[in-house]
Amino acid sequence: MKGAMLRKLPLMITCREFEDFLLDYMEGSLPTRQRRIFEVHLAICRECREYLAAYRETIELGRQAFEDPAANPPEDVPEDLITAVLAARGGDPKG
Amino acid sequence: MPERQSGVLLGDDQTPSEGSSEEEMIAGLRAGDEAQATRFVRANIGWMRAVAFRLLRDDGLADDCVQDALIKALRNIGKFEGRSKLKTWLHRITVNEALMKLRSRKRLEEDLIDPLLPDFDENTCRIEAPWTRRISAEEILSQAERRQLVLSKIGELPESYRIVLMLRDIEELDTAEVAEALGITEGNVKVRLHRARAALKKLLEPLLRGETP
Repeated sequence: MKGAMLRKLPLMITCREFEDFLLDYMEGSLPTRQRRIFEVHLAICRECREYLAAYRETIELGRQAFEDPAANPPEDVPEDLITAVLAARGGDPKG
Repeated sequence: MPERQSGVLLGDDQTPSEGSSEEEMIAGLRAGDEAQATRFVRANIGWMRAVAFRLLRDDGLADDCVQDALIKALRNIGKFEGRSKLKTWLHRITVNEALMKLRSRKRLEEDLIDPLLPDFDENTCRIEAPWTRRISAEEILSQAERRQLVLSKIGELPESYRIVLMLRDIEELDTAEVAEALGITEGNVKVRLHRARAALKKLLEPLLRGETP
């Protein structure tokens, strides 16, 4: 019902169209007019508002997970790996 | 490049007292200075290995990757033009080597992600259950548990989407850099990034809604 209504109103977009704008909106690359259209939809659509909030939280959770040192391999690199690099650098090129 | 990659000559644990300037190090490497080469490798291998591991998720492959990347860097130091920081240059080499390893292991093709994308009804309205119980992830899981869960869910993403998410959101390459590294268009990078984030959101919803993951 809301979708049909939105399609008939000027300067209104549907949730699916909102989805298409989402990445550019978050990167701040939407032209002013499109950004305003996007924000009008955001103001009137509870589903898209909540979706966007959870989407942002998801990105943040991903970043936090990798910022944790425990997500990365130990900093003490095996000595044989260092030796192998130094020994191989003058050998047969791989690339 | 992101701040954490830029403005840094060597590894994060490098102290100024140990080091020469970036220019001195590069000059030493170009001249074949053994001591500079050793310092260069020791100072950078740790963070490069971490980048490789994040992308490859395999210790052995990550070690192969970082070895190949460092050898390539040492052999090509003469081509380093100084337009970016040395660490930024090394980061790109490491990412490219990791992508080569991924391609040889599994083609980065368009895997099926549709079941994880947002749902819309016949009127193109979003279907999104009300977030009446949104709670902070910290409230229900310890930091370690949360990290494990998020890493595990990122690992469930189809590879061609996971890698775009990693390069953009974690390694912080820009859209053009990711497009170049993967050999796809910038538009395709944006589509994959958005789908990867949307899919990850769906996978993390039990956590975000305070339900059992």
